[in-house]
Amino acid sequence: MAEAYIYDHVRTPRGRGKPDGSLHECSTLKLAASVLEEIRDRNELDTKLVDDVVLGCVDPVGEAGSDIARAAALTADFGDHVPGVQINRFCASGLDAVNFAAAQVMAGQHEMTIGGGVESMSRVGMGAAGGAWPMDPAIAIKSYFMPQGISADLIATRYGFNRDDVDAYAVESQKRAALAWSEGRFERSVVSVKDVNGLTILDRDEHMRPQTDMQSLGQLRPSFIEMGQMGGFDAVAIQAHPEVEQVNHVHHAGNSSGIVDGAAAVLIGSKKAGKAAGLKPRGRIRAFANIGSEPAMMLTGPVDVTRKLLKRAGMKVSDIDLFELNEAFASVVLRYLQAFEIDPAIMNVNGGAIAMGHPLGATGAMILGTALDELERTGKETALVTLCIGAGMGTATIIERV
Amino acid sequence: MKLANFTVETDADGIALVSWDQPERSMNVITPDMMADLATVIDTLAADAAVKGIVVTSAKSDFSAGADLTMLQGVRAEYRRRAEADGQEAALAFFFEETRKLSLLYRKLETCGKPVAAAIRGLCLGGGFELALACHHRVLSDDASSRVGLPEIKVGLFPGGGGTQRVARLLATPDALQFLFRGEQIKPAMAKTMGLVHAVVAGDQVVQAAKDWIKGGGKAVAPWDVKGFKAPSGKVFSPVGMQIFPAANAIYRRETYDNYPAAKAILASVYEGLQLPMDLALKVESRYFAKILRSKEAAAMIRSLFVSMGELNKGARRPVGVPASELKTIGIVGAGFMGAGIAYVTAEAGMNVVLLDRDLEAAEKGKAYSDNLMAGRIKKGRAKPEAKEALLARIRTTADYADLKDCDLIIEAVFEDPKIKADVIASTEAVIAPQVVFASNTSTLPITGLARASSRPDQFVGIHFFSPVEKMLLVEIIKGKKTGDKALAAALDYVRAIKKTPIVVNDARGFYANRCVGAYIREGHLMLMEGVPPAMIETVAKMAGMPVGPLSLNDEVAIDLGLKIARATKAELGEDAVDPEQEKLLVAMVETHGRLGRKNGKGFYDYPENGPKRLWPGVADLQREKLDADAIDVEMLKQRFLVAQALEAARSFEEGIVTDAREADVGSIIGFGFAPFTGGTLSYIDGMGAKAFVELCKKLEKACGARFKPNRQLVKMAKAGGSYYGAEAPAPTREAA
Repeated sequence: MAEAYIYDHVRTPRGRGKPDGSLHECSTLKLAASVLEEIRDRNELDTKLVDDVVLGCVDPVGEAGSDIARAAALTADFGDHVPGVQINRFCASGLDAVNFAAAQVMAGQHEMTIGGGVESMSRVGMGAAGGAWPMDPAIAIKSYFMPQGISADLIATRYGFNRDDVDAYAVESQKRAALAWSEGRFERSVVSVKDVNGLTILDRDEHMRPQTDMQSLGQLRPSFIEMGQMGGFDAVAIQAHPEVEQVNHVHHAGNSSGIVDGAAAVLIGSKKAGKAAGLKPRGRIRAFANIGSEPAMMLTGPVDVTRKLLKRAGMKVSDIDLFELNEAFASVVLRYLQAFEIDPAIMNVNGGAIAMGHPLGATGAMILGTALDELERTGKETALVTLCIGAGMGTATIIERV
Repeated sequence: MKLANFTVETDADGIALVSWDQPERSMNVITPDMMADLATVIDTLAADAAVKGIVVTSAKSDFSAGADLTMLQGVRAEYRRRAEADGQEAALAFFFEETRKLSLLYRKLETCGKPVAAAIRGLCLGGGFELALACHHRVLSDDASSRVGLPEIKVGLFPGGGGTQRVARLLATPDALQFLFRGEQIKPAMAKTMGLVHAVVAGDQVVQAAKDWIKGGGKAVAPWDVKGFKAPSGKVFSPVGMQIFPAANAIYRRETYDNYPAAKAILASVYEGLQLPMDLALKVESRYFAKILRSKEAAAMIRSLFVSMGELNKGARRPVGVPASELKTIGIVGAGFMGAGIAYVTAEAGMNVVLLDRDLEAAEKGKAYSDNLMAGRIKKGRAKPEAKEALLARIRTTADYADLKDCDLIIEAVFEDPKIKADVIASTEAVIAPQVVFASNTSTLPITGLARASSRPDQFVGIHFFSPVEKMLLVEIIKGKKTGDKALAAALDYVRAIKKTPIVVNDARGFYANRCVGAYIREGHLMLMEGVPPAMIETVAKMAGMPVGPLSLNDEVAIDLGLKIARATKAELGEDAVDPEQEKLLVAMVETHGRLGRKNGKGFYDYPENGPKRLWPGVADLQREKLDADAIDVEMLKQRFLVAQALEAARSFEEGIVTDAREADVGSIIGFGFAPFTGGTLSYIDGMGAKAFVELCKKLEKACGARFKPNRQLVKMAKAGGSYYGAEAPAPTREAA
């Protein structure tokens, strides 16, 4: 099997995913094309070498529809010969895009590929793609469909995390993100989004609230009480987990991932392709895996997929120096730490989506880059990157420095 | 036109009045005959250029009660016959075509090219209302007895004559789903507000109003057949639809625990149908209808909740040849909670009540119960103040036994103490006429024993009400060893008069219902002692189909009562009669922690003043160990709840306590809420087959103990391949005493 090397990673800053967010004026296409342009330009990459562009996008409709990856490659002037494919595995789409791109190289069928993702949540809107899973009785009932926030609250209830636990985690995420930004730890990856004249539109993650403390979070009302009770979803949670008497609703806007806009790209290639392009690899994709997990709890897939991945890779939890788990909701990370008894000091060391936001289809590619930057900064070797996923799935990737 | 079910009369304006008048029936129902006639009517009128429009009405006081459910049972039988003879595919094709005929017929009416209006009086339900829905205009009479509705869901079916599609195109989707799920009968004003009918007029004006609509230019096209039609909630895949369906799916599960395929089929028909043009939508509805009609759940529910319950209500168990009892005045001795409830339902049924207690104050307190109930009904608009006055006037309170002398039936509901009861029996029999039947509402004392205090034991019977009397539909009639036919007939006549459903059982500890309920609660207690999380016990019981968890139920009936019964059982039947684990739990609850149930606000649950009850955290401390929830086999817990009760029913049947499978089934559903979708305790066994049930019992016996040991009759049935309802149904070993 060929090795898949990581040659570079770029991402946009994350703009608040609302009409007053800085990236609201930028189309999905512009965000996607801008990271492709940047990864080409700063590597002086001959795009003739690129065999495929794989982009994750969770609501690929409207301006994000009709294979945004091909449109972005053409817009970025990669040339007619560079194809593109858009994939969707909900919140892990960006990481899966990287894995799919790597798999082409590992399989020996392609030499150089780009994996990444894009989401303009402010323009397209979460849930715009519709879908059978929440709607069609044939699947919704069987799979105990409930909004993810209720699943997150169910995880907190089932595994014993109270409001203080999840809020404390959120405060820490904000602190770490603020520190990381102040020390310039994202400098290597974040590329400003510029207008047609070259004027900067946004150069920093703008969702962060570094002053957040327990008191300010304590003011926020849990977000999913009404939905749980009036919408019937608490009953669904309890029927899936009858050991739970009632769902303790602890999540709110301050301890859940932020809604933001953004894009990311990762340049992957074989050793040969890197040589041909004159590039030095920054890391290597060691292994990856996907799994389906219990759909009602939904967001515990990272635990299951990590077990599967470590087993396949012949590794132990202690072999991992650094963990990046998407902060979809605080309870997701707390459960993962609990399940593997991991030291919180090596989990999401530079903050995560609670502070900086979660541009659905792009996040997986973004946090893979965050892990790579951090390995380089600290001189560590191995990181495991994973995300929880709608409908009960998990995707995880182990990267290491070379 | 040669018609047996309709008359057709065309007036000078060219409007054909089609009057439905089924021969030899007091109520119009849908039958194959009626469908053939209706097809002829539609074809003939559609082809007649002189006909300008059609009004469909009924010549009877009601429009129609819907389809003849026994007809549906017939099609099922024919399907099974063909499946054996011609194979599954051919039989299914036949069944699908056969069961969608009504839907196609109604569609034919809707698209016949003439404007059609329905003129409705009285009841218009099920397939009858679906006929009206297929008309372009609906006029409903404002009579107090007028009702429209689609109650199919109540017997495990759903509206398969276009009902789901037309309602979903008339009402906003959440309203449509609620109407279809609940199966409620809607009064005229509400029907108009909801948009189920277009006009409500006086009863003698419905035909005229319908004709006026046609004369006024009523269109021959349903709204959904007009190009550009938009359903009231818009497209399924729209921001509005995304708000509706995920919650509808969740609420379906919340309300049914996913045990009712008919309700799920409604949801699926509406979801899929709203994305299709009408003809295809109707076809999809028909596909689900054929599936639901063949379902075990529909068969079981139709048999128990429609056929058997109807038979029992009509006096299936009444001894033949005993003249109807004259029941004008009922004497009720004891005006406590039960006596007060019995007084209310008796007076409500129009009979006079003499309500006796040891002093007038106590008797008046019992009467006040009726006052409160009626006040509540008035507040909700369900009764008029005059009705309350009339009802209260029928209840006479007294402390004097002499006032019972003109009563036609006596029901005692005094304290459960044989001595007190014996005094009441003697005092009463001293004044009542010699032919008057005496009934005891005891729930725990054997009737045969109580009858010893009576000077006329052949006129002594048990009438066991369930609490609260005004809500519970079941009444157990208990025959003591010497209870005669006359007493039995009087008890049945009385229960019929108060519009409840009777089952006749023989005398034994706990009779029938409470014996099964005891087994259910015991199973909950034992699970708790095994270390199952308390919340899981409660929720899994409901997932199994029970209305209330065993710990909640125990709180309602009082935990100290459970301990009392356990001790009495041990005293009577020996040490082994009560599981020591269960006794340990009851002793700890009652004697160590003073937790008696809801009555003292402390049971398995806490009952905070403001807010819903919560499991008492201390419950978990009574557990020896705590099992890991993820390692517990939830399916097996569900089986334990249902099998424990069904097995108790099977034993009761073998012992001759309950002697009729219909009574065991109906009694279990309306008496203690045994998973209605199974058709009841014995249908649950029949549904999986005696062989599978015995195997299940043996599996549970091995895992949980001897209480799951199948009884001899069941084992024999399993070997011989018998069933409770089949031709080779077993007989109780001890016939009626």
